[in-house]
Amino acid sequence: MDLIFEGIKKAFVLLVTLDPEVMGVTFLSLKVSVTATLISLVLGVSVGVALALARFPGRRVLVSLINTGMALPPVVVGLFVTIFLWRNGPFGFLGILYTPLAMIIAQAVIATPIVMGISLAAVQQLPEKLQLQILALGATRLQMVWILVKEARLSLLAAVMAGFGGVISEVGASMMVGGNIKGYSRVLTTATVMETGRGNFDVAIALSIILLLLAYLITLALTQVQQKERPR
Amino acid sequence: MKGIHHKVLLFAMGMAVLLCASFAQAQEKALILATTTSTQDSGLLDVLIPVFEKKTGYFVKTIAVGSGQAMTMGQKGEADVLLVHSPAAEKKFVEEGYGVNRRLVMHNDFIIAGPAEDPAQIRGMKSALEAMKKIASAKGLFVSRGDNSGTHAKEKSIWKQANLKYEGEKWYQETGAGMGQTLNVAAEKKGYTLTDRATYLALKKNLKLDILVEGDAILLNIYHVIEVNPAKWKKVNAKGAKAFADFMVSKETQDIIKTFGVDKFGAPLFFPDAGKKVEELGK
Repeated sequence: MDLIFEGIKKAFVLLVTLDPEVMGVTFLSLKVSVTATLISLVLGVSVGVALALARFPGRRVLVSLINTGMALPPVVVGLFVTIFLWRNGPFGFLGILYTPLAMIIAQAVIATPIVMGISLAAVQQLPEKLQLQILALGATRLQMVWILVKEARLSLLAAVMAGFGGVISEVGASMMVGGNIKGYSRVLTTATVMETGRGNFDVAIALSIILLLLAYLITLALTQVQQKERPR
Repeated sequence: MKGIHHKVLLFAMGMAVLLCASFAQAQEKALILATTTSTQDSGLLDVLIPVFEKKTGYFVKTIAVGSGQAMTMGQKGEADVLLVHSPAAEKKFVEEGYGVNRRLVMHNDFIIAGPAEDPAQIRGMKSALEAMKKIASAKGLFVSRGDNSGTHAKEKSIWKQANLKYEGEKWYQETGAGMGQTLNVAAEKKGYTLTDRATYLALKKNLKLDILVEGDAILLNIYHVIEVNPAKWKKVNAKGAKAFADFMVSKETQDIIKTFGVDKFGAPLFFPDAGKKVEELGK
């Protein structure tokens, strides 16, 4: 138990003294995961909404693939992205293995199916007649889609939070494609694993606490937006 | 609405291209060093790498994995230079043409650590082989890293030399984890383990394990720097690799290695050996 207290104390000290290495690692975590979540938001919501409203042969197969994507193990994504980005691999010419950019790509691949799958369900859940009602009132197709998105706001924001949660906490892919390079591609999760492996449990616990705080603050902000009462 | 969409899309695409371009350009001065977790954990590289980067302008990407994985990365041309400590595997690596200019850098030693109670009674034994035999026969618990690291390779070589069966035995457990983690598991389970002195010293304060056997020549842990063969893989940064390897054996660096760890642990963690022959070590 005192190990946990040691960890809490250490977290407090690291934050208050603005320890440069910890700050760097925290900002990188934020940068990488927020960017990946934004990418997954754009791709996931747009495709999810489009798929929810469309009907074509093979749609169900596509939907089941997306839903399976939600269960994609992050470490498997990491392995495959590494193989693609290897110097001697198909995208080796880009030279982006062991960079934060590669981490953003891997995390976007992990988050997008999550956001897509939940967005799809969120919009498909809306009453069918609603589409027709909105169009009947004179809206263009684009305006209709926007109104439906606003109707499904609660679930869509939950989708974004699920996507963000999935990547801010992820370690396998980030370790593999980022390389956990000090001051460059080290994030809170990979640093925690490294410190645990070294036996520095107090530092590992401190980093975990900071990670939890970060995740909480971002999710709090998103929840505020989600739960905001609509002006009547 | 449509006009803005187009502009945003173009802007995003432009950013993407710029980002990729800037990353690609940075690659000539980037060097991938594949090394081991114990080397990284000792903290030595945190001191040496910035010195090298400042001196040469290279950006070193230190990827710390087990010796086995480091050498596989070298075999696939995914690393430019290796700093590893698994001599038998290294020799094979060079013989098969994957590495060139294998040079001795430094050494430290392994120790056998175990619980203070020492049920197998090996404390103070001079021969590591005999000590391991006693652990096996007393059925004292032995915790291995089991991860193809340099430490694991050394451990396996001792078992082999002592002609002992360990695979699948009830007293033998593999963690598949790094040295720090493995030491913690050994301490928790009151078992014996083979560890490099540096990691042990770094964790000693909170670790309930004692040094039981040390000093045997077989326990020497020898580090070499190997440049990945550019003839096999075109994309290897051969210039950078050579610069780093030269740096590791240079007098300046060897002096840094000689005193590293003294202020923190009272004793150096590594012994610089550039230019010596392996046979001379430890004498």
